Amino acid sequence: MSINTPEKKVPSPQKPWKPSVAERSQSIAVGVLAALASIAVVALTPMKGLLPFLILSGIFAIIIGYLKGLIGRGSTTAKNNAVGVLLGLGMAIALIPIASILHTTISRGYKGLHWGLWVDDMSLNTSTDPIAEGGLYHALIGTLIMVSIALVIALPLGILTAVYLTEIKGRFARPVKFLVQAMSGVPSIVAGLFIMSAIVYPITKTFSGLMGALALSILMIPTIARTAEEVLLLIPNDLREAGVALGGTQWRTVAMVVLPAARSGLVTAMILGIARVIGETAPILLVSGGGDAVNYNPFTGPMGSLPFYVWKSFFFGTEEATTRGWAGLLVLLSFVIVLFFLARTLSSRKVRR
Amino acid sequence: MATTEIQRERRPIPSPRTITTEPRLSDKVFRGIVTAGGLSSLVILGLIAIFLLYQGYEVLVEEGFSFITSSTWEVITDEYGEVQSYSFGIAAMVVGTLLCALIAVVVAVPIAVASALFITFYAQGRLKSFLVAVIDLMAAFPSILFGFWGFFILMPKAEYWAMLLNKYLGWIPLFAVDDRIFTRSPFLAGLVLATMIIPITTAIAREVFDQTPLDRVQAAYALGATKWAMIRNVAIPYGRGGVVGGAMLGLGRAMGETVAVYTVLNIVYQINWQILFGAGGNVASLILLKFGEAKPLEIKGLMAAGFALFVLTLLVNFLADFIVRKTGSKGR
Repeated sequence: MSINTPEKKVPSPQKPWKPSVAERSQSIAVGVLAALASIAVVALTPMKGLLPFLILSGIFAIIIGYLKGLIGRGSTTAKNNAVGVLLGLGMAIALIPIASILHTTISRGYKGLHWGLWVDDMSLNTSTDPIAEGGLYHALIGTLIMVSIALVIALPLGILTAVYLTEIKGRFARPVKFLVQAMSGVPSIVAGLFIMSAIVYPITKTFSGLMGALALSILMIPTIARTAEEVLLLIPNDLREAGVALGGTQWRTVAMVVLPAARSGLVTAMILGIARVIGETAPILLVSGGGDAVNYNPFTGPMGSLPFYVWKSFFFGTEEATTRGWAGLLVLLSFVIVLFFLARTLSSRKVRR
Repeated sequence: MATTEIQRERRPIPSPRTITTEPRLSDKVFRGIVTAGGLSSLVILGLIAIFLLYQGYEVLVEEGFSFITSSTWEVITDEYGEVQSYSFGIAAMVVGTLLCALIAVVVAVPIAVASALFITFYAQGRLKSFLVAVIDLMAAFPSILFGFWGFFILMPKAEYWAMLLNKYLGWIPLFAVDDRIFTRSPFLAGLVLATMIIPITTAIAREVFDQTPLDRVQAAYALGATKWAMIRNVAIPYGRGGVVGGAMLGLGRAMGETVAVYTVLNIVYQINWQILFGAGGNVASLILLKFGEAKPLEIKGLMAAGFALFVLTLLVNFLADFIVRKTGSKGR
């Protein structure tokens, strides 16, 4: 009978670290007080505007937080409070640019959006024409072709590098790891210059989409290699051992066990690689020529691209051209955001599994 | 009965299978291909160095040491377009590059470390994952976006800030200016670069702080440490190497950035240490600026400049790797 008495009180799980209502309202009060104090100072002294208000709010928040801790619990808590506010402020400062960038791009770019963007090119228009004319079809096609070719080159090389680092762990593993790191630091313009010096001048003598794609692939390889390496490191060793224990050679184990297990992670690596190069401007300006008409052939003739479209638009300086530029940036930004969240969902699914 | 025994005796005794660690042919091919692919980064980096050096060799030899020490960049041609004389020196550009990148790092690193600490130790639950996503997303923004945002939004504000700095802190040599021209200054370029490297540095610092051993964190709390005491005595010593490495990576990124700097910096062929004055230099922007109308000779000079930039960023990356390895082992 005594066993079957569920009435015995089971303590409900508690979270002692969770701030209570009183604590939370206190920290809100600190913020409000700081804001009020700085409003008072801004109103009473010659300092005007948003900037002194924000700076003063920060300083007041730190001081009030400090005093609150000092009165309540002593100097250690006071210091703790002040640092907490300071770190929060640092976070806020880091978020301001991204908020501003998103807001600017959307609020200025949406005016330039119209259906013609997706079907027209700029071969008959210049950037200063009314916004309803012309479009960025040529730029989309160019970016699509160049990024695809870059991907075809960079994906195998990147994944092979990752496999070399995680599966073979050969003699050169350490230098290769460093070199991949160093390669991710290669300035994008140097990649463009390299293609220029190695291929365009000695061999082809002309600009084309292929040259742009080659330059982009140089920038893509390290991103793919590093992400893929991280993913392959997460694959449990049990899987590899199981593959070998079943009599598989290393080749069979990697190809049929390890890589399929890491599939979604490798797709993530690919997407991050695309996101890395889709907005790359400097090498495109150097080697792809940058045309205003649709060009489906990456081997001959200049090829437009989204970053080039944006770049060119802004340099006309008129209102229409600038709006065009922001619209181009908005399209570019939406691509980056979509790719980013695609990569995120894929990689989080992998963790959950 | 007897017959079967005879048959058994007749059956040849199989010799023992040779056991070998020799990989099969398929594995040999596989290892060969993967190693070749793995060395692609080495090959590409080597090719970049070789080709840039090959193209810029002539100028480098001709100019010798003055390529790095002089700061004139000009090609003088007569009326027929024949080159009379030329001189290529990138001192102003190198100084400008380092100056902008240093401003960026000085501005970005405190903010990035504060954000990383906030995300790791203060933010919880949904707020945390939201902040992580936002910072990572910002790291993926293309540089052209930062460039034009800096030009249209940040520039008017930064000009005003520069005036304020000059007015109240002008007695510090760093903030002094000879002429009151504050547009398109290294200060502005540094701020734009700082917004670009904050997410990168934050992401790296956050990853390092995230790996702080939980037992040490809990031990600190069990000893009665406040959150700040725990961060100062456990998290920061543990993560110092990673933070320095992240900062160095940011420095490398800032030094190689082209488009964002090109849009906001006024490029002048003169060494300028006054960060608020509207004149600066940047190797990558120089290349972009001059490439359009460059004649073959000048292109050789630009290739040499590209080689210098390549070597500079490689060096910074190498240093970053070295520092991370050195301080990383001490902190743990």
